[in-house]
Amino acid sequence: MLKSMSWLEAAPDDFRERARALRKEIRGERGDDLGMRIYSLANHALDESQLVHLARLAAEGYKSGLAMEPFSALKLGVFGDGALSLIAPAIAGTALRHRLMIDTFVGEFNRALIDALDPSSPARTAGLDMALIVSDARVLALDQAAASREAASEKVERAFEQLRQTVEGLRPSVASAIFVQTVAPPLEPLVGSFDRIEAGSPLSMIAAFNQRVAEWAAEGSIVLVDIAHLAECVGLETWDDPGQWHASKLGFAPSLLPVYADVVARTMAAVRGSSRKCLVLDLDNTLWGGVIGDDGLGGIQLGQGSATGEAYLAVQRMALALRARGVILAVCSKNEEANARAPFREHPDMLLKEDHIAVFQANWTDKAANLRAIAETLNIGVDALVFLDDNPAERMQVRRQLPLVGVPELPNDPALYPRTLAAAGYFEAVTFSKEDRERAEMYQANAQRAAALIASGDIGAYLASLGMVCTISFVDDVARARVAQLINKSNQFNLTTRRYSEGELIAAIHDPARHVVQVRLVDRFGDNGIIAVLIADRKADAWEIDTWLMSCRVLGRRVEEACLAHLAVAARLAGARALVGRYIPSPKNGMVRDHYQKLGFSLESEAEGTTTWRLDLDAYVAPALEMTVDDMALKTAAGAEMAHA
Amino acid sequence: MSREVILGRIRDVMADVFDVDVDETVITPETTANDIEQWDSLSHIRLIVAVERKFKVKFTNSEIESLTRVGDLVALVEAKQAA
Repeated sequence: MLKSMSWLEAAPDDFRERARALRKEIRGERGDDLGMRIYSLANHALDESQLVHLARLAAEGYKSGLAMEPFSALKLGVFGDGALSLIAPAIAGTALRHRLMIDTFVGEFNRALIDALDPSSPARTAGLDMALIVSDARVLALDQAAASREAASEKVERAFEQLRQTVEGLRPSVASAIFVQTVAPPLEPLVGSFDRIEAGSPLSMIAAFNQRVAEWAAEGSIVLVDIAHLAECVGLETWDDPGQWHASKLGFAPSLLPVYADVVARTMAAVRGSSRKCLVLDLDNTLWGGVIGDDGLGGIQLGQGSATGEAYLAVQRMALALRARGVILAVCSKNEEANARAPFREHPDMLLKEDHIAVFQANWTDKAANLRAIAETLNIGVDALVFLDDNPAERMQVRRQLPLVGVPELPNDPALYPRTLAAAGYFEAVTFSKEDRERAEMYQANAQRAAALIASGDIGAYLASLGMVCTISFVDDVARARVAQLINKSNQFNLTTRRYSEGELIAAIHDPARHVVQVRLVDRFGDNGIIAVLIADRKADAWEIDTWLMSCRVLGRRVEEACLAHLAVAARLAGARALVGRYIPSPKNGMVRDHYQKLGFSLESEAEGTTTWRLDLDAYVAPALEMTVDDMALKTAAGAEMAHA
Repeated sequence: MSREVILGRIRDVMADVFDVDVDETVITPETTANDIEQWDSLSHIRLIVAVERKFKVKFTNSEIESLTRVGDLVALVEAKQAA
């Protein structure tokens, strides 16, 4: 399943011709939907050679410098132990599937540390956005047993230190995240089962090394790619190919390059904020066996007692587990609504209840239209959706009309649905915060809010009825992961779409020349969590707003006015006379084009769509808002400014 | 499977691996890496993987090292399939 990447459609027979035609177009006259056609081609189970050809497309696209929807450009350095020249193109070709147009810089085999430590090396001057360190137990000398517990721990420490120094050496030359791999456990035992007990066995040393890497990643300064787990899922006998290592120094079987590259690329996409957010479920033969409209409540297969019924229960259990970690659930089914809802309300074996479903679309309209409606209701893009449907015809229709929706191919046996969905890695995340766990509930609370708005009719009265408390504070350690996630995921309400890795964020927080705050919003329906992030450069005369983003689920709540009031007071306290804001257009942030104008800023300049705005603080008066604002950041800042004075 | 059939399939595989036009680049049993610009040590690894997959066979390193002409590869596949 992993090896064959069975969630993807098989590669088209005319792949070579299509890839050639696309390359010609990149070099010459481009059709309108060129990017989308490249994307569609990348969304097949391609082999290692096909990925090389797509990688060439990616490199040419990157160098052509044109923003090509739906891709974002990225310069990736690949360093470490192994046949990096085989690995790098596989990643670049695969990354197109994850909407990254990657140009790779490939380090020399076994020279990662030397290159990293030399500031004038090509690696250090390549202008990298991200870097990947490929590790192998054989190069780290973890494949040879140690004589004692002490010797083992020293060996592990030396291997980890080498990796750490490589990363720290590269860090000043890498703008965003650095990815570090765990290493696959060995197949051949030293003794046998005793290896698990013996600290000096390669098995134990590799486990200890991987643990060190995981602890390091937990601190937030690197991003972990769990290759050890991938190797185990694929099967170590399939993964490890000693002949290949001897011949080419590729650390695993070359036929696994596609799935290896997918695991790496999806992690990079997660850092860029393009993981999916919502799982949309078909009903008949996806959540239960049979057709509810024909078979009735008593006729569908679901629940203990039959192997098929249990398989569908497992699908529901997987959906609930995803919801528990913050993935929104929705339903999209061709059914009479009453029939579709009946099992959720009345079937005793249903694990999924109506409460778990944020948007329920059951009608006879085509599924693409319903998916669009789901995305609109949730205020997310269709590219945040994954659609699970047993029916190949429906899958094809959705892929054709909404190519950005993730649509996994499914095997015939429902027992394998959960594994197929998991293997696709649509919901990859690089952090896991409290908000993630609560997100699905928040989206549902939003649906209730919409209902309240319709009932009240009067916006002011509605806002007042919400009992909103808005808390503005400096970013602390607890919130840091969530703030980094927002910075990297928010696309629509995001004035500049500047991305920060967690490391860069930490640097900004500690930089006295920068003002980094988070905004939380609680109302009577629940805690919305952190819903806005502001980063301003504290220039003497005018504060410049580097980053202003908000979660779309609090649109229309006047939170942006609370944010502005905060910035205005904070800037005044520091002696500034004005605020300067910038709008940099992206394919997704059109909704904030007039953001600064609406807030009373005046246009200063315009260049290539980017507009610069200024607000004179002497003339600014904060408006009355229908919320309580608790500005903890200002209290801290005022204290600090007074201490200065 | 006859040598002719094997050669035909290997031609297809090579066209995919090296991204060459089969009509322009003539591949015969005498063809070597010197005749195809894209045939280097890296793409050679991909060629071997692709041939192994196509014919459901597995080569050893010493077998791979003994290959110089396309004809050698055809003969090797034939021998593996007969075994």
